[in-house]
Amino acid sequence: MSELRLTVNGEEHVLDVPVGAGLAHVLRDELGLTGTKIACNEGHCGACTVQVDGVPRLSCITLAHAVEGAVTTIEGLRQHPLVDAFTRCDAVQCGFCTPGQVVSAAALVAANPSPSREEIRHAMAGNICRCGTYPKIEEAILTWRD
Amino acid sequence: MARLIRTEKEVEGRYEEVWLVVEEDPLTQWPAGPLSVVGRPAERKDAPERVRGEARFTADVRLPGMLHAAVLRSPHAHARVERIDLAPALALPGVRAAIGPGEASGLEEEAGYAGAAVAAVAADTFAQARAAVAAIDVEWEALEAMLDPDEAVRRGLFTAEPRRDERGDVERALAEADAVVEATYRTQSVLHNAMETHQAVCEWVGDTLHVYISTQFIWGVRQEIADALGLPQDKVRVVCEFMGGGFGSKNSPDEYTFVAAELAKRTGRPVRCALTRPEEHTSAGNRNPTIQRLRAGARSDGTIVALDGEFTNAVGWSGWNAPTEGPMRMLYACDNVRTVTYGAQVNTPPMKAFRAPGFVEGTFGLECLIDELAAKLDVDPLELRRLNYADSNEGTPFSSKNLEECYRRAAPHWERRHEVRARSDGPWKHGVGMASQIWYGGGGPPSYAWVRIGSDGRATVITAMQDIGTGTRTAMAQIAAEELRLPLDRVDVVLGDSARGPYASISAGSSTTPSMGPAVRAAAADAREQIEDIAEQRGLPRDAPVEEVVDLLEDAQILGRGARGPNPTGMSVLTFGVHVVEVAVDVETGEVVVERVAAIHDVGRIVNPLGASSQVEGGIIQGVGHTLSEQRLLDPATGRVLTTSLDAYRMPTIADVPEILCEFVDRPDEHLTNLGSKGLGEPPIVPVAAAIANAIRDATGADVRELPISREEMLRALEAARRKERRGAPAAV
Repeated sequence: MSELRLTVNGEEHVLDVPVGAGLAHVLRDELGLTGTKIACNEGHCGACTVQVDGVPRLSCITLAHAVEGAVTTIEGLRQHPLVDAFTRCDAVQCGFCTPGQVVSAAALVAANPSPSREEIRHAMAGNICRCGTYPKIEEAILTWRD
Repeated sequence: MARLIRTEKEVEGRYEEVWLVVEEDPLTQWPAGPLSVVGRPAERKDAPERVRGEARFTADVRLPGMLHAAVLRSPHAHARVERIDLAPALALPGVRAAIGPGEASGLEEEAGYAGAAVAAVAADTFAQARAAVAAIDVEWEALEAMLDPDEAVRRGLFTAEPRRDERGDVERALAEADAVVEATYRTQSVLHNAMETHQAVCEWVGDTLHVYISTQFIWGVRQEIADALGLPQDKVRVVCEFMGGGFGSKNSPDEYTFVAAELAKRTGRPVRCALTRPEEHTSAGNRNPTIQRLRAGARSDGTIVALDGEFTNAVGWSGWNAPTEGPMRMLYACDNVRTVTYGAQVNTPPMKAFRAPGFVEGTFGLECLIDELAAKLDVDPLELRRLNYADSNEGTPFSSKNLEECYRRAAPHWERRHEVRARSDGPWKHGVGMASQIWYGGGGPPSYAWVRIGSDGRATVITAMQDIGTGTRTAMAQIAAEELRLPLDRVDVVLGDSARGPYASISAGSSTTPSMGPAVRAAAADAREQIEDIAEQRGLPRDAPVEEVVDLLEDAQILGRGARGPNPTGMSVLTFGVHVVEVAVDVETGEVVVERVAAIHDVGRIVNPLGASSQVEGGIIQGVGHTLSEQRLLDPATGRVLTTSLDAYRMPTIADVPEILCEFVDRPDEHLTNLGSKGLGEPPIVPVAAAIANAIRDATGADVRELPISREEMLRALEAARRKERRGAPAAV
């Protein structure tokens, strides 16, 4: 076990977790932030996406002790206009990948408030949705400020 | 009065007779078209919970003292456990229990595929459980592994008796036909890969087993567990509030649930057993590969006179023989049809139903063959389909069929092919293809719902069904709101717990809306009648607003109950549709890009057009993956799955999505229930592969007869077309 200092959604935590613990597991099991999902646990699907200093990061393959910067999870983005946009556009089916989609999308629109379809497709291609909600996700991000 | 009847029930093409208690159903169908709430786009009631990450999936269930299980799986395609020693596992830190073959349903001594479950361990952490599984000492006796489905058929190795069917005289009709086409089509194995892996958390509370599970069928899970453990059904409580996708693979409890239940019993603690992504690829089901040897004969006027198909489903070690022959038997009017379907037992991971099992594969073969026939006859493919329109299902009338209307609406998209082909430039060839869709989706009884209305004028629909991500809560709320004349935001839906609601349908076979919707409407109507009676006694008009009628009730409640009636007897309840696809093919690299898909579907009344369009888009996108990029690869030497990650197994991303246009005929099926709705989960994936392959032929002249249409397969088909052209036959249609 080793001390871990982590800032998550603006709150500072001092934890004692095993060296080698993954960030996703720490968020879910130590902090109870289960909005971050683990779907592949090997960095291929994007369901576990969080932001570190505003940059999307795959939390399932990120060592918790190696995080330098402030972590933002879906719980920290619940008031983001994207939540309404995803709801309005039906950009959710089973919903298991959706928090990760919103976290990626929030990073995109923070950097580029008016992304084109091409830019959306480029930025969001790392977030797999097996239900195939993609057209609605694209629509939600295009219209996130409406 | 309650009436006991015997009625037919269909799920994914499998029929059975069931007993049913029905009440006289006095509800006539609503008029066609958008009503106040039903037929109008509605945001999902649970979207904010899901989007904000508040929805609690099985993966998020954390019970006090919960242990984690890991499963030992066979590395061999076929082997028997000669000796197994669990002691080294039990000696490791954190390990609380270990079980071996025969100690839980699904743990077996004979492993019929690489990935079959053999033993399991429960420990304080998942990492400890995995380490312990690795420490289990096993001696295997290797057995002969059969991996070739054709050889399995030759040797008579089947999971069920072959299914044979013939109407008319196929050999004679083929001999007399003006044109005959013959081709072999092959489809690959694809994986469901729901984002939430298969998993369950089991906890014993006294003599009752609580099962939190990611499932498509709460009540089926309850029954299977009760049967396996010898428990009364009411001693098994099954909970599934939110689940992260299934696509047919989560209809039963399977070994992970039985392992969790047994380990929970032995340790006296809750146990989670969750498959990892690699296990999801080896041990959680798949769409089975098929080999389809097909022939079709026609007269020169375009009348199809013979259809002949030999279908081999490479089922795997276990599983069922999906109706791959279904489209050939049902889609066209043809007097002479002969099919045989083999369910080959091979030492590969067992199949499970996957979004229109059999029909996705069979439609690829049949609808490509029809286009090859059209080319040979020099008849327009759309015209050929119209010419051979089926007015009945092998003599049984359809409850409703609007495929002709789908064809009519497809015509403008089909007309674009001249303009699309003209876009071809350099190595990029453009083309348009189409394919028809036929599938089940009528749903059936039994299914029940309750409706509770309080003095605040809010209604709650209660039924122990599951929402697998299709927007069920919303559709059910819309139906209740319509019947109660309430705005949608005054209706809630409570579901997902067998202890807290009545029996509900499986969410498979496109059956949720057609099975549950009529029960919800009946329950709402029962409540509405009570409210109207109360209104009369208060001197109010019978159609006075609900909140005005019930406002003096205080703690009293109005309770309505409803049941799903039977399907119409002597009728075939089926769904129909057509897709028109535009592709671009780079004939130098073999790259295929799907550019545009126009989808027109006939599934009866549409309850929520917004959610329905999402179903269509999702089905098409999954179909594009199935057609172009997805393939579970096996090592031909060992039978082991090689594609065990989401990197190796390539599913569509947002960058792969074509332009999708989605249209519904939206005519209620007047013979089907008080709602007239059929299901929509599966239909949109059915015609995708054939329509893409037909568009590729239109663009390049190449016949692609094998899925997936990888670059390698595309280049091989192009080379075959060039060879054919050199021999004198024109390759381009």
